[in-house]
Amino acid sequence: MTTSPLLPLTAADLPPLAPELVLIGSAFALMILDLFVSNRNKIVTHLFSLAALAVVLFMLATGVGGQGEVFHGMFVRDTAADVMKTGIVLLSGLTLVYGWRYLRDRNLFQGEIPVLILFGTAGMMILVSAGSLLMVYLGLELLALCSYALVASNRENGLASEAAMKYIVLGSLASGLLLYGMSLIYGATGSLHLDVIREAIPHSEERVLLITGAVFMIAGVAFKLGAAPFHMWLPDVYQGAPAPIALFISSAPKLAAFGMAYRLLEMGVGPLSTELQLLIAGLAAVSLVIGNLMAIAQSNLKRMLAFSTVSHIGFLLMGIAGGGSQGYAAALFYALAYAIMSTAAFGAIIALSRAGFEAENIEDFKGLNARNPWMAGLVLCIMASLAGIPPFLGFWTKLAVLGAAVNGGLLWLAILGVLCAVVGCFYYLRVIKVMYFDEPVGEAMPRSNDRVLGLVLGVNALALLALGLAWNPIMVWCQQAFAHLA
Amino acid sequence: MDWVNIAFWVFAIAATVSAGAVISVRNPVHAVLCLVLTFFSIACVWLLVGAEFLGVALVLVYVGAVMVLFLFVVMMLDIDPTKMREGWVRYLPVGLIVAVAMLVQMLILIGVKGRAVTPFPADNAAALAADSSNVTWLARTLFTEYLLPFEFAAVILTVAVVAAVMLTLRRRTGVKSQNPGEQTMVKAGQRLRMVKMGAEAPVVHSNSKPAAGEETQP
Repeated sequence: MTTSPLLPLTAADLPPLAPELVLIGSAFALMILDLFVSNRNKIVTHLFSLAALAVVLFMLATGVGGQGEVFHGMFVRDTAADVMKTGIVLLSGLTLVYGWRYLRDRNLFQGEIPVLILFGTAGMMILVSAGSLLMVYLGLELLALCSYALVASNRENGLASEAAMKYIVLGSLASGLLLYGMSLIYGATGSLHLDVIREAIPHSEERVLLITGAVFMIAGVAFKLGAAPFHMWLPDVYQGAPAPIALFISSAPKLAAFGMAYRLLEMGVGPLSTELQLLIAGLAAVSLVIGNLMAIAQSNLKRMLAFSTVSHIGFLLMGIAGGGSQGYAAALFYALAYAIMSTAAFGAIIALSRAGFEAENIEDFKGLNARNPWMAGLVLCIMASLAGIPPFLGFWTKLAVLGAAVNGGLLWLAILGVLCAVVGCFYYLRVIKVMYFDEPVGEAMPRSNDRVLGLVLGVNALALLALGLAWNPIMVWCQQAFAHLA
Repeated sequence: MDWVNIAFWVFAIAATVSAGAVISVRNPVHAVLCLVLTFFSIACVWLLVGAEFLGVALVLVYVGAVMVLFLFVVMMLDIDPTKMREGWVRYLPVGLIVAVAMLVQMLILIGVKGRAVTPFPADNAAALAADSSNVTWLARTLFTEYLLPFEFAAVILTVAVVAAVMLTLRRRTGVKSQNPGEQTMVKAGQRLRMVKMGAEAPVVHSNSKPAAGEETQP
């Protein structure tokens, strides 16, 4: 049952871990370097952290180190892990690019912030490569610890402290649920290794124990994704945290949480998927309804994006509930696309904000077209893509998960999804309406003079259109990642 | 029912009762004392099944750490020394009960160990198979099969320290604090200022009258 414990490790165990080792090593180096950088030259820390992420991205894209299962099956690097890690590292890098000017202007930039983002990225990479329940838990805690600290980093702000407090309390509750589920699974199968668990389940007598454990693990995953009814922390954290931190939490960790769902629910308790399908479909349905209905009532754009996250997670779970190769490929496609869209949406908020002014209310976007047509056009792209209007990327991802749900025999969920997508159009289109058809209110916002930010946001938002016209390569990549599933 | 089973029931009941007391007593200090007893009882159970390393670690880490927590509670409740002394008398009975319970548990453990016929870790197959002590076996597993999780746990601890320092270290103006960097870089010239002064005639102050009186006496 268990792998032989006393086999020595060899140097051959290290290469697949190379990207993580480089990332963690550079995070430690950066932490030391930052001590010698004066407050005026903090851009040095910022640039070095970007360089570290760029190196890791290059290593992942070119496949340095090769794939394989190492460290007694603790660490698995397969195509699915590589796809998710590439996305995670790219999006974390974008967080740093977007966040630099915002944090510096508000005196929030500390050397620890990029260091914590690098460590959080490393946690996500471990999470999606986990081959054992223990690694899933450690990766998750590394990510969560960094996220808590980042949310609390603005200590002068009461909202931020409140958000961090809520996040920590609910996050530890979710960790507890997850651990409890893991302990039940361990009790039923006698192993922490996901592949051993997968083999042991079909001939296990302990059905009740296994299913109870799996249900608790799903609750833990649902919390990390932000699926209703475990979404309570999302709106407060998005509103309270500094915008770049909200951007970080809303983008890459969603991808990592999908990776965690894949590792736990497919690679771990996969043989139970028929029993668990209805539960996941139910979570998807509740998330779709609650997310979309609550988003309509919001006047704060960040809170609206939080509830729209809940509804997008509903779509993502629809793909997971559909199951199989097609379902997971569609869900991964959705997670990647959602993370890019969410990055762009928060990027727009950052680009429109100035020191002392947050462009976080929908009111603030009134008449944006008259003042800054280029910016309004970009926000139009982002909102249309989030709503899922045809040529944009958001449409194709919704189509893919709906197809997966129908294939998985969940026609009712697919119909609910379409209805909710129509409801969702309302509040996204409201932002567009406010920008184009309302009169500007208050004094004009000064134009951003940050060329880098403007350029990156332009590329990011227009990518939603470009990828919407040429989405096939990403979908093929996602399908390759899950080709081994039935 | 053999001795090991009887001892197990004693420890288990002690652990359950004291765990219930932790959340039901009103006095926080009593709760902490009950928590100490809970941990100790569980450590005894672990020692009974042959997990001696875990048992010792529990006593060292948790009971030790909880004692620190205990001190914190007392310090935060009231700093008045007279009240502290009153508190000492008030908490003494519960403290004695916990201490006596722990002593009894230790004696039971030693007694059972003497009477047990079978090799003590009766169902600890892993330790028997490896023909080595629990600690050796644990250490080998930790540094082979679980090396990677072990290392990542270390990274998590580092991140916890970084985050804690980031969130609590703030420089406020108007607060008297030491700066070790500046303290060590100080030069002798900054510590002592040498002043050149001309020689001065002794000045008779009003308060140096006794000295003047001494001069005049002989």
